[in-house]
Amino acid sequence: MMTTSVKKKIQKEFKEKMDYDELLNCMRCGFCLPSCPTYIETGHQEKYSPRGRIALMKGITDGVIEPDDDIAHSLDLCLGCRACEPVCPSGVKYGRLLEDARSIIQKNKKESVPVKLLRKGIFEELFPHQNRMEKATSLLGFYQRSGLSRVARKIGFMDLFPESMATMEKVLPEVPKRKEVRQRPRYFEHEGEKKATAALFAGCLMDTMFFSTNNATIKLLQKAGCDVVIPENQLCCGALHGHSGELERARQMAKQNIEAFEASDADYIITNAGGCGAFLIEYDHILKDEPEWAERAKRFVSKLKDISAILVDLDFHKTHRLKLPEQTVTYQDSCHLRNVMQTFEEPRILLKSIEGVKYEELEGADTCCGSAGVYNIVESDMAMQILDHKMEKVEQTKAKTIVTANPGCLLEMKLGIERVKKTGKVRAVHIADLLLDALD
Amino acid sequence: MLSVKSKKKLSRLKEKLIQITGRENIDETMSGRLVYSYDATPNYQALPDFVVSPRNADEVAAVLKLCNETSTPIIARGSGTNLCADTCPVKGGVVLLFKNMNKILEFDKENLAITVQPGVVTKTISEMVEKEGLFYPPDPSSMKISTIGGNISENSGGLRGLKYGVTRDYVMALQVALPNGKLIRTGGKLTKDVAGYDLTRLFIGSEGTLGVITEATLKLIPKPESQKTILALYQDIEAAGRSVSAIISHKMIPVTLEFLDQETLKAVEDFAHIGLPTDVKAILLIKQDGPREIVERDIRKIAEICRSEQAVDVQVAASEEEAEKLTTARRTALSALARLKPTTILEDATVPRSEIATMVRAIADIAEKYHVRISTFGHAGDGNLHPTCLTDARNADEMHRVEEAFAEIFEKAIELGGTITGEHGVGMTKAPYLEWKLGEAGIEVMRGIKKAIDPNGIMNPGKVFTEKTKERMAVGNDDNIG
Repeated sequence: MMTTSVKKKIQKEFKEKMDYDELLNCMRCGFCLPSCPTYIETGHQEKYSPRGRIALMKGITDGVIEPDDDIAHSLDLCLGCRACEPVCPSGVKYGRLLEDARSIIQKNKKESVPVKLLRKGIFEELFPHQNRMEKATSLLGFYQRSGLSRVARKIGFMDLFPESMATMEKVLPEVPKRKEVRQRPRYFEHEGEKKATAALFAGCLMDTMFFSTNNATIKLLQKAGCDVVIPENQLCCGALHGHSGELERARQMAKQNIEAFEASDADYIITNAGGCGAFLIEYDHILKDEPEWAERAKRFVSKLKDISAILVDLDFHKTHRLKLPEQTVTYQDSCHLRNVMQTFEEPRILLKSIEGVKYEELEGADTCCGSAGVYNIVESDMAMQILDHKMEKVEQTKAKTIVTANPGCLLEMKLGIERVKKTGKVRAVHIADLLLDALD
Repeated sequence: MLSVKSKKKLSRLKEKLIQITGRENIDETMSGRLVYSYDATPNYQALPDFVVSPRNADEVAAVLKLCNETSTPIIARGSGTNLCADTCPVKGGVVLLFKNMNKILEFDKENLAITVQPGVVTKTISEMVEKEGLFYPPDPSSMKISTIGGNISENSGGLRGLKYGVTRDYVMALQVALPNGKLIRTGGKLTKDVAGYDLTRLFIGSEGTLGVITEATLKLIPKPESQKTILALYQDIEAAGRSVSAIISHKMIPVTLEFLDQETLKAVEDFAHIGLPTDVKAILLIKQDGPREIVERDIRKIAEICRSEQAVDVQVAASEEEAEKLTTARRTALSALARLKPTTILEDATVPRSEIATMVRAIADIAEKYHVRISTFGHAGDGNLHPTCLTDARNADEMHRVEEAFAEIFEKAIELGGTITGEHGVGMTKAPYLEWKLGEAGIEVMRGIKKAIDPNGIMNPGKVFTEKTKERMAVGNDDNIG
């Protein structure tokens, strides 16, 4: 329960910090409603729609209502998939409003000891330190090793974890040896004609749990004619922090990343995780109030591209023969890659150019799978409901291969396959891995 | 703050509501109430006391009876996309939702009819019947979001109004819950039916002020076999207006004949990125449907007419897909304009289509006179324009000028034989002007009907009727009051 003093503080900060012009920019036409997964899944409850959430934020700012746990829950239940943004004719920057609102509530909310410990563990001790990410062979592994899990178990915290977490453990990929990660070179030369220099944003999860996908990405870039550098001192993009109300920490991480990539002087900054890309592309926004950083952030953002987009730009699919054994393939959009990076045609172009692939469009491919960062852990019930509906649509495509472009989506699809007991019959792969496979 | 007495009254009301619909279908949380305090009309907001989601027609009737006995205002709400503040609960009370009444009850292909509950989203109906080669023509811009109950209550129009008419023309029968707690059925799956007053039409467009629609049977027609879309480009907005009148006077009735001015074009293009021409003063988006050869012939002829009326270019949509993109983009016009200024106020003054060019010119002149920014788009073919004022609600001086400008636009529309609202409804926004159109005697008849059905005034109070009609301007001519 929120105390009166907490409510007052939150209200005051809403008045001071929320972007009122942006709140007013929502003219309440409702065009966002059909695009919102939680609005649909809750049986058309306005409280769980973008228009409703903006009205709640504006209501607090205007002083029409006081903040309460109900409102916090409405915001918590938002996947942050941002499917409402491309369909908004007024161009409301919903994602930014959500992040600001969450950040204010988070800062003032009194949390129970275990939740606080968990947040501290994830946001301060783990993700901002790539060496620790490497050390932790998996998220669960980290808890086991750090001693956090002992504390958590002692006070019964693990009982709070949803069933999805246990299933998730089963589908986690094989983690590479730390030595292997450390020994990887930082520079790779182009093959064929040189077209550009690309700096890889390696990503925290991508460079630990999905190390081989990063290697596939590097290989594809080389084949497409890029010199590839992996700048040192880069960190996690900060998305998890930004989306969870830890904006200040995210800003620090953004600065370090900008610095790291400036040194590489590459033509492109390449990511292979839609979730990271969508946060990296916001660096200029989160640093807009810091004059010495704003320009540098803009330059950083202007070079950013997803792996699919650069491959299509460089005509990779036209200059290389791609072939796979005959199979039906479908594609689940990464919400952030689609709605924020606006990259959705490119992955489809690439998949359709592979010989032997029968591409079946997934109905509702553009809606969230329920993964949404840590959403599937903290809002497990809604996440599983969304995932189960997603798997019904996958079933209709009769695809044996589900392709995604983001680690969270990839794990979620694997989880979905496990839930419908199709493990071994249907597989989920990252597009970079599939493309490399098609090349060999 | 509520007095102790009304607090008691509310808690008694709540207990009784729970008995009718079950606790899970009543929301009285602050957040639950706030999100039903508004609709798509700018500057209107008021909190309801309860949000109630009945599960069937009997429960709706029981809630109405309870509200009638306790003098509690009741506001039926679909998806809250209306543009005249009709679903804003200005007097508090109960907001009724239809999330539990959203089923298609019967698809009768023999009688070309479909029977639905009020909470079904309009587009769901069109998509379903089109799969079977049938057609439900009314297509308000919000059809992907709005519910059929809302469309019927507002008598919504849309882009196909010119050829196919509006929601009213496709409602065959209704079931309606009345304030006295009774359910009545009106009409039937009949082409001919003259048994008494046409109550179906009375409830259509009554804006929730008489009863609550609990079921509707809609008329379907065969789906046209083909369609074709063109864009006619103009450097003179009046020339575009004249083309509209010329097309109609040549006995051409296209399915869609939309007008967009330059500012609207720019805003829409900014959102949709589909390559709309933004260097011209206005365009007409014209669509014809029907048998292939007739569509070809009509489109050819319409293109000729546009050219002879000084269209600088006429472009044919290359594919069905491209045509669909254009129509979809047009549907976003109002919301796209909203990106330009904090507040967008839209009206839908409507004139006989022969007067379109005059009206387009008059709107431009009035905007200049009051120093306000007005963009115009709309269903030019049926004379239904949407002059949209881009403003800022925080600027009191400008808001006053906006109000005066719109009053003059209404006055002009009536002078040309038109009306203050073509399809958005009276609600609160146009209530002060209703008497201008109807005259005192006309209002009296409507008040009489209202009183007969809803003697305690619980049905959507504060809408349609007002205590204070806006004073007419000197330019008004009373002879034109219908």
